[in-house]
Amino acid sequence: MTTANAFTADAMQFAPQLFSTALRMTRNRADAEDLVQETFVKAWRSFATFQEGTNLRAWLFRIMTNTFINKYNAQQRRPQETELDEVEELFLFRRLGAFDQSKITQSAEDQMLELFTDDEVKKAIEELPEMFRLPVLLSDVDGFSYKEIAEMLDVPIGTVMSRLHRGRKMMQKLLYVYAKERGLVDESLLAPQE
Amino acid sequence: MADCQETLNELNRYLDEELSADRVEEIIDHLKKCTDCQEAFEFHAVLRVTIRTKALRDEIPDDFIERLKGCFGNDIIDDAPEDTRAGDGGVITLERPDDENDESDDENP
Repeated sequence: MTTANAFTADAMQFAPQLFSTALRMTRNRADAEDLVQETFVKAWRSFATFQEGTNLRAWLFRIMTNTFINKYNAQQRRPQETELDEVEELFLFRRLGAFDQSKITQSAEDQMLELFTDDEVKKAIEELPEMFRLPVLLSDVDGFSYKEIAEMLDVPIGTVMSRLHRGRKMMQKLLYVYAKERGLVDESLLAPQE
Repeated sequence: MADCQETLNELNRYLDEELSADRVEEIIDHLKKCTDCQEAFEFHAVLRVTIRTKALRDEIPDDFIERLKGCFGNDIIDDAPEDTRAGDGGVITLERPDDENDESDDENP
């Protein structure tokens, strides 16, 4: 039997991750704090029905996602068609390409981590229309499975996959725009190689 | 054995760990022989790590953590050891009488 104390400690360890996700969901600090607080109050009220062996992290995220959707009427608005411009496959890879060979001593990971700032990555997620933002957040940031996300959003798995696919492509396009704005992309270097 | 198009079509499901073991093996076989696909997979794997790392980097204020702790401990108080029952600094910050029936207290204090 999970004691109330152990439950509190277990739940609190997910507070930072829930808070980051709430910030990206609500795009606003005050609302994010309210959302996490409301999640914990609901979790505590349901503690008696919480079954040991249930994945606590998934359970908390499910409560938070439901609360967000109900409270903010999220997912209702269908994005404008202009927001849904088809983005080609491998958009960013085709433009930023394989990692800079001249810096081969530096790991590929370091190059990418240096390329985008924290704020740019956060902004790219936050600019996605909600119906794409939620699956991208829950998958790319929080690492939940398609099945878990389908349960959280109450949509079929196929819908999760298609929204993820589309959302990720939009996000790549946004990241590319930011890189260009900062002058990180020299388009003359992107011409097809001869 | 999977070709390039087939392999790239599975890129997301592969990185999401949503493929069967057999399919993963086929993809890996292809990647071993195809540098182009390998680079595309590596790029996206690193992009994932970048997004995850950066999107989770937020400062969480101490006073907010304290407020969060106050979300717990409203009614199921009996399991808590003695030392956390104190109002200040402990997990449970909301004081309430011990002798009440808790069932309907949330809505009707």
